[in-house]
Amino acid sequence: MAQAVPAGQKWWSGGKSPFNVEYGKLMMWYFLMSDSFTFGAFLISYGSIRFATNGWPNPNEVFKAFPFFGEANMPLVFVSLMTFILIMSSVTMVLAVASGHSGDQKKVTFYMILTILGGFAFLGCQAWEWSHLHGEGAWWGRNPFHNADGTVATTNFTNFFFTITGFHGFHVFSGVIINIIMLIKNLRGDFARKGHYLMIEKAGLYWHFVDLVWVFVFTCFYLL
Amino acid sequence: MSSIETAGHDNAHASFDTRPIWRTFWILLGITLFELTLATIHIKTDGRFPPKLMLNGVYLILTCAKAFYIIAEFMHLRHEIKNMIMTIAIPACLFIWFIVAFLWDGSSYNQLRNRYDRHYAEKVLAPKEAPAENPAKP
Repeated sequence: MAQAVPAGQKWWSGGKSPFNVEYGKLMMWYFLMSDSFTFGAFLISYGSIRFATNGWPNPNEVFKAFPFFGEANMPLVFVSLMTFILIMSSVTMVLAVASGHSGDQKKVTFYMILTILGGFAFLGCQAWEWSHLHGEGAWWGRNPFHNADGTVATTNFTNFFFTITGFHGFHVFSGVIINIIMLIKNLRGDFARKGHYLMIEKAGLYWHFVDLVWVFVFTCFYLL
Repeated sequence: MSSIETAGHDNAHASFDTRPIWRTFWILLGITLFELTLATIHIKTDGRFPPKLMLNGVYLILTCAKAFYIIAEFMHLRHEIKNMIMTIAIPACLFIWFIVAFLWDGSSYNQLRNRYDRHYAEKVLAPKEAPAENPAKP
């Protein structure tokens, strides 16, 4: 629960921490908020264009493939796997943060490695999906999929799909890089020497944000 | 500075318990599986049940629920000081305007174009209406 702030104290006169949060962590929050507006702009422009268009491809027709299953019709299965991987790596990230709180350097290492593996697994899935769709003739400016009602679709569908999942994938990639740097710093004992693992928490906030954005990308592209 | 950091550290220390993490994980997994079940039912019944519009509404509500759990528990925002939560939550309210305004604009553009675009009116709408219109226009 939110903590109560005693009244009558001059919290904002300097030298205190009114939010009781370390500076870098607070700024990470504000960065993420601005980043959410960047993603919001992308997703809302996608929604706006979709509302302005008469026909749209059926996602269950487009995203029905699964690796090694060839032509099998398996809508939503692969993307569910990707979602599960990302949620799972979010969990291992929180566990790393929790281990950091109890100052357990070995456990932090363990959970950071799991989180990084999850990140790579997600990126691998996305690479497979992109190359599969590219193999079917989809790319920026090229859309082989017809609208759900059988009419010829515009390229808006593929343009938005590749731009937004690409931007999200880039965030996942930079998140993995940040996590690797945190893992190296932890292995060198930097955090143990400092006495706190706040850097792990900041990297964790970024990582959860990537998961959060995926929740919206998942809904907007695969479900709606 | 160091005193501030230790204060934050001690505070979170007390409330950090791994049980809520796993509970949140199961909630997120459960919601996702529920969404997939609905989607599968929708596909198997050829889009008859649940109706697409209702389904989309359910998806959006469940997506917001998932977002809440990720932000509140995984990102730990629920356990911060209320004023800090508000500095995040109040600017995020801009999204309400953002979404409503732009989707409204998109659908308005669609309606206007469908009404005034001659090509669309003749090639797409006319063939469907053709049998009814022909006798009226000699």
